[in-house]
Amino acid sequence: MNKFSSPRQMLGDYLPKLVVAPTFIAAVIFIYGFMLINAWLSFSSSRMLPKYDWAGFIQYEKLFANDRWWVAAENLLIFGALFIIICLVLGLFMAIFLDQKIRAEGAIRTIYLYPMALSFIVTGTAWKWILNPELGIQRLVREMGFESFTFDWLVNTDMAIYTVVIAGVWQSSGFVMALCLAGLRGVDDNIIKAARIDGASMPFIYRKIIIPGLRPVFFSAFIILTHIAIKSFDLIIALTGGGPGFATDVPATFMYTYSFTRGQIGLGSAASMMMLMAVITIIVPYLYSELREKNNEH
Amino acid sequence: MKVSKLVLSVSLALGLSTVAQAAEVEVLHWWTSGGEAKSVAELKKMLEARGHQWKDFAVAGGAGESAMTVLKSRVVSGNPPTAAQIKGPSIQEWGGEGVLANLDGIASKEGWDQLLPSVISDGMKYKGKYVAVPVNVHRVNWMWTNPEVFKKAGATVPTTWKEFFIAADKIKAAGMTAVAHGGQPWQDATTFETVVLGSAGADFYTKAFVELDPKTLNSPKMIEALKIFHRIKGYTDSGSPGRDWNLATAMVINGDAGMQFMGDWAKGEFTAAGKVPGKDYLCVAAPGTTTDYTFNVDSFVMFDLDDKEQRKGQNDLASTILSPAFQEVFNLNKGSIPARLNLSMDKFDDCAKVSAKDFVSTAKSNTLLPSMAHGMSTYSSTQGAIYDTITEFYNSDSITAEAAAKKLAKAVAAAK
Amino acid sequence: MSINRILIYGLLGFVALFYLMPLVVMLITSLKDLDEIRSGTLLSLPQSLNFDAWGKAWGTACTGVSCEGLKNYFWNSVVIVVPAVVISTVIGALNGYVLTKWKFKGSNLFFGMLLIGTMIPFQVVLLPMARMLGLLGLAGTTSGLIMVHIIYGLAFTTLFFRNYYISIPSELVNAARIDGAGFWLIFRRIILPLSIPIVVVSVIWQFTQIWNDFLFGVVYSSGDTQPITVALNNLVNTSTGVKEYNVDMAAAIIAALPTLFVYVVAGKYFVKGLTAGAVKG
Repeated sequence: MNKFSSPRQMLGDYLPKLVVAPTFIAAVIFIYGFMLINAWLSFSSSRMLPKYDWAGFIQYEKLFANDRWWVAAENLLIFGALFIIICLVLGLFMAIFLDQKIRAEGAIRTIYLYPMALSFIVTGTAWKWILNPELGIQRLVREMGFESFTFDWLVNTDMAIYTVVIAGVWQSSGFVMALCLAGLRGVDDNIIKAARIDGASMPFIYRKIIIPGLRPVFFSAFIILTHIAIKSFDLIIALTGGGPGFATDVPATFMYTYSFTRGQIGLGSAASMMMLMAVITIIVPYLYSELREKNNEH
Repeated sequence: MKVSKLVLSVSLALGLSTVAQAAEVEVLHWWTSGGEAKSVAELKKMLEARGHQWKDFAVAGGAGESAMTVLKSRVVSGNPPTAAQIKGPSIQEWGGEGVLANLDGIASKEGWDQLLPSVISDGMKYKGKYVAVPVNVHRVNWMWTNPEVFKKAGATVPTTWKEFFIAADKIKAAGMTAVAHGGQPWQDATTFETVVLGSAGADFYTKAFVELDPKTLNSPKMIEALKIFHRIKGYTDSGSPGRDWNLATAMVINGDAGMQFMGDWAKGEFTAAGKVPGKDYLCVAAPGTTTDYTFNVDSFVMFDLDDKEQRKGQNDLASTILSPAFQEVFNLNKGSIPARLNLSMDKFDDCAKVSAKDFVSTAKSNTLLPSMAHGMSTYSSTQGAIYDTITEFYNSDSITAEAAAKKLAKAVAAAK
Repeated sequence: MSINRILIYGLLGFVALFYLMPLVVMLITSLKDLDEIRSGTLLSLPQSLNFDAWGKAWGTACTGVSCEGLKNYFWNSVVIVVPAVVISTVIGALNGYVLTKWKFKGSNLFFGMLLIGTMIPFQVVLLPMARMLGLLGLAGTTSGLIMVHIIYGLAFTTLFFRNYYISIPSELVNAARIDGAGFWLIFRRIILPLSIPIVVVSVIWQFTQIWNDFLFGVVYSSGDTQPITVALNNLVNTSTGVKEYNVDMAAAIIAALPTLFVYVVAGKYFVKGLTAGAVKG
């Protein structure tokens, strides 16, 4: 460590830390602090309004004995996995196709991207309309002559969660496509040219050079998609209201219903703690591996 | 009492809280549509005639889920509105938090104890002191029928559940839908509580939904009621899941369906379509409930505020709500009957007149019951637990009534 | 190659239809009158272009006691969104700059912390934040709502800028440092001019998130200062009366116009901004 030759240099060394300090403080208070408060509430007896007492594990016991919670947890797994995987795959393939020097690329790209601009409430309302058996696709196809065509997933207890996947993928896959397209364009042309000269075919080049080069893109996409999947509250409320019954409930809507509508804040907090645990177990190892490498790169 | 616009904009610019303005009454509600919004507009007009300013705080959404979230945040942040649309046992929950205002002053001045039936005024009090004011009385155990449909099918309007299935079969055979239903949890619950009342009686209903007695919730009579309830599904159409209640009413209006189990707010739909009670549609008590009355009372609670001007505003708001003029105009628009006793029912239609009469008579015979489905008999946590069990049972074809009854008792106990 | 091209175009076109369908449905529904909606199907074209629903959604639909449509709330949203987007973008840029060019011990940990923080569901923070705003005297104010949006947008803006700046070669910065340039000078002279594409990305993302937010808007605003999403909800989710689907659709499209506009106009920069390695040494 060099000695500071002047107060100015000392400030200079601390300046970067000072600059990120506000964000750091905000994160500590408004994210981690609130997480801690939530944790406390999950160990409290809070009903309609927060009460900061100690009630042991009773809320967690109630949570695990609650049938609806398990439906919600399972739904998040199904929805989350399908949503993320389909968005990534669809996004990547669409990006690859768009990368083929297409005419009207701008227009097509805009068409793929615009759903992201819509609020989940708008998306949910539109898709609710489209998937309604009496008013939407089922009716349309039947009136075209296919009398026995059925597409009532929206009101079917077992299939409803998949309609959420459809609407969610529609909204977010365009964004993944944009990310992948950017990533594809960012791969060094020279490497590709060299491989072509060596006689490699395009699919081979894609597989061995380009797609691995998209790792940082997948990182961003994965983070964003997971974030969206967990937050998918507005979409579900607008599309199915959690129904039929509670067949499309997810932890986010479960937590909201119990905390705010049913005056059982303690139980709702326990639910969100479980959500947080699950997310952290998935995200932290991933972050660790990705960020660690980056540390060594630059 | 108008605050100068300059002060208002300066304080807004400084980012200060805008709530503490003299005589500005902020009212949280979720009446955002046609008829209801018109009624709220009447309240606003009458309140402003008394010199106050109405600050509207409308948050739409079903039975006020979003509104309740917002309300709780506002209370937690130390910034509650002046009044909020809260009903049933929730009033007691809020009272327990110690944030409600004491309205005994205006209550004794205007003699509320004499103006309101005791079953209602009790609900408006917390620990014996008035904290809320009722707006209306809805009857929930109505059955709306289309006489044309019955005639075409050769069926008679049922008065017991046994008769119901006979009539339903006839209507179904004639190619029409017997029961117009909207597959949403609250509608499922509304139908369910009516079935319980009609098949097992008022005492059983009270034991189950007010006292939450587990032995009643899981009992042979409950299993019987659950079976009837599930059987009704076979008489609804395939479009019923997720359908909004007013679209189900439209089916009855248009002659596509014969019956709907719905509270008296359905009347507004008939009226809007130009239908005449007694001729185009009939309002009858649901099967087995002719001498019973399940009620749903909308009310406004007042929050405990320091500002003297706002307290005066609250008193004036409460007084306006119970005034004969407002009670009449609001309930004419909404399809319910006044909460205030002894008002002239001349302007009201026949269904409302029957409702008013039955309201008084069932109060005397102890068959005036709070509606479970509409949050009048239990806390929202218990109500929610019942909703979950009932709606799951209704939507699934693989849960037996015995299993459902067991789940019901367990869920209610867990929600306590 | 020709058949491949046809296949590619065909596929792209088919997928494009999937993306366009809901918007088309919303548009044509908003141009029909109620009878047409009831009797027709999703895709049946309106018999005549009826703009009544649009006028109603903008100016006369009821959102509570007031029946003035969406127009006033539009401006409310603008007032909320603009400061929040600008401030969170600026802070995110500075954070990204520090995390890539002025790394210190724990930079990556800090970044990881931020990213984990994006996973917190907003319902969890509703009540504690309400309490905090109350304590700070910002309850029910527009400034309070703006602050909330800034705080919860920081993780994303930081993510975008950090991932972008990481591809700006360190040699550039190091050379400047050797020449004696300090923190701010390097930022102004070197980093900022290269940042336009990622600024666009950040602005687009934040604009969309904040403009479309409902939860924070409904909980932390009040009365006349409510954002347009709250008004839209009031308009669409009425519980009684006839559901005017055409007005609902028109209202939803009106509420979405600014974000749609931003994506259509700036979409090109969006992709540019996300392109890692766009900056070659």
